Amino acid sequence: MSLADLLKQKQSAILERWLNLILDTYPGDASVFLKKQKNRFANPVGYTLTREVDVLFQVLLAEIDSETLSTSLDNIIRIRSVQEFSPSQAVGFIFFLKRAIREELDGEILEDALSGELLEIESRIDRLALTAFDSYMKCRERLHKARSNELKRKTNIIISRFTSPDSQPGQENEAE
Amino acid sequence: MSDETPKPEALVKVDYKPPRKGWMDTKPDISRGNINWAAIPKSVEYLGLPYPRKWSPTDDDWQLPENWKEIILEGLRERLSKYRSLQLFMDICVRCGACADKCHFYIGSGDPKNMPVLRAELLRAVYRKEFTLAGKIMGKIAGGRELTIDVIKEWYYYFFQCTECRRCSVFCPYGIDTAEITMIGRELLSLIGIGIDWIVTPVANCFRTGNHLGVQPHGFQDSIDFAVDDLKDIIGFKVDAPVNKKGAEVLFIVPSADYFGDPHYFGLLGYMMLFHEIGLDYTFSAYASEGGNFGLFHSHEMMKILNAKIYHEAERLGVKWILGGECGHMWRVLNQYMDTMNGPADFLEVPVSPMTGTRFENTRTTKMVHITEFTSDLIKNNKLKLDKSRNDHWRITFHDSCNPARAMGILEEPRYIIRNVAENFFEMPENTIREETFCCGGGAGLGTDENLEMRMRGGLPRANAVKYVHDKYGVNVLTCMCAIDKAVLPTLMEYWVPGVEVGSIHELVGNALIMKGEKERIVDLRNEPLPGKEAVKDV
Repeated sequence: MSLADLLKQKQSAILERWLNLILDTYPGDASVFLKKQKNRFANPVGYTLTREVDVLFQVLLAEIDSETLSTSLDNIIRIRSVQEFSPSQAVGFIFFLKRAIREELDGEILEDALSGELLEIESRIDRLALTAFDSYMKCRERLHKARSNELKRKTNIIISRFTSPDSQPGQENEAE
Repeated sequence: MSDETPKPEALVKVDYKPPRKGWMDTKPDISRGNINWAAIPKSVEYLGLPYPRKWSPTDDDWQLPENWKEIILEGLRERLSKYRSLQLFMDICVRCGACADKCHFYIGSGDPKNMPVLRAELLRAVYRKEFTLAGKIMGKIAGGRELTIDVIKEWYYYFFQCTECRRCSVFCPYGIDTAEITMIGRELLSLIGIGIDWIVTPVANCFRTGNHLGVQPHGFQDSIDFAVDDLKDIIGFKVDAPVNKKGAEVLFIVPSADYFGDPHYFGLLGYMMLFHEIGLDYTFSAYASEGGNFGLFHSHEMMKILNAKIYHEAERLGVKWILGGECGHMWRVLNQYMDTMNGPADFLEVPVSPMTGTRFENTRTTKMVHITEFTSDLIKNNKLKLDKSRNDHWRITFHDSCNPARAMGILEEPRYIIRNVAENFFEMPENTIREETFCCGGGAGLGTDENLEMRMRGGLPRANAVKYVHDKYGVNVLTCMCAIDKAVLPTLMEYWVPGVEVGSIHELVGNALIMKGEKERIVDLRNEPLPGKEAVKDV
């Protein structure tokens, strides 16, 4: 059996391992809450992670287009880039997938001499991690832009009085 | 360098899990993005608060007074005897966990000390150690904890990471109000000179000039005059907007952001149009020029002195009753504390709407009516001509601001107004609105920019529900009735749900209101073309 077939066959077990490794990056017993609370509005972090790792796995198996990949990555990274993680921790969850695959398929990989295919899959995971880094940077830039726009909004009604006596409320927004 | 490079074997042994330690042994990450800056000495001095000094929470040495521990414990002792509620909250929690996963900061961060039960435990553990027999004898075994400087730092970190929104209290079977525990925690910190600048400086400004940016009376008058001019361009004539008018029937109090913040300002224009159209005999006050009570975020004492300005101005101007604008924390203070704190306001009358004759019995003691109660009563009694189509460019959802919703029970009035001034209204999911509404993440003095990451994760549950209605129904405006919401939700939307604006209830009212003598309306209150008038606006 090829590695690709194995990955499909053991998909749910691998995904569960991967998700558990990601949830374990949260402190205390938060992983229990993040995993058990299924309501998407009561637990947006757990819900997003559970949904999106599945999508990312399909990407890995090359069944999904690149736009889906970036949306899915962005959904996770947008959360992790404002949580108490260093940049490497925020994107490092991608590499956990290597560990999940190796742990789940350890025996089969040796038995069926699949290390060549494994290298190929792991290279794809590395590329995924680089894309995750791009996504992280976009999120942080979005955050800083939001911060400066907030500062402008606090005073732009007042500033408009001084800059243009004829200015209308709302015009300042366009400049942003 | 080569000695420091990990060997391949070491690299594969990386443990991805954070170290598992007991909560008492885990220290918070006091770094930019997660904290608020310390109060500047000038503001601390101005208010006569203790230990003004220049310090930063990122310093190792917080320059506490020598007897800091004694001060804190004495302060706690005093408050336990003064507030029976605090004594109860310390003793009756059975740690059932009902509140644990209800806090937006916990949901967004996963940090266990943001579980309301554990945040309260930060104070409760010290209480046990110092004030209960079991804790004194058995210490940690009985859940007691020694009060150390690290504990003080932890209090600072977590009591200023609670927006006092009281969502957790809705779920507590004993009715423990974690917000009040946070309030006491902040009061105790203030006794040893620990406070945040986005609370202490606004309190000092409010104390000095009546509003948090320190706008002086002539500046206030100018702001209102500018608003009158701006409105003239939209409706074609100048509305009456009296300031400090003695003998007016009604004193109108707004949060100060309404006259200088965006998008608050569009709501102010809406109020002014409404009052002019119905001929309300009202006045603003240039001295009680801030509804938002930053004192609530600091201490009972500061809350009281700032709130006193409202009744004082009502008495000085000789009004009959008070009307309050779209504000959040203002209403918690007014509805839950003002009457006993600065009342009774026996120089005022029970509010009666001069247009409809409705007597607002619910405000019999405070004498202060919420603007959505007032406006919904006008609509109910057919006193307004409204053109809903002027809001057709908006697909609207409504965020229940924590305090009007949970501290006042104002749930139906804003919805009633929205449905009467606009066609396209869509509710967010049930467990994210009304009493269960999720906080904006910036309340109770946390709406600063240095803690933006904290705010973004705290606001995630709210934003997540907005995203749902944005994706499903094309919602493009999140309405709310709180000045802090209007300041911080646009940023939250920009990060999590781009394409959703934030607006006021009375901005929508102003758009829809057909005024006597108005010119052809071609723009809305944001000066954007009204639906169908795009070509006219371009000319």
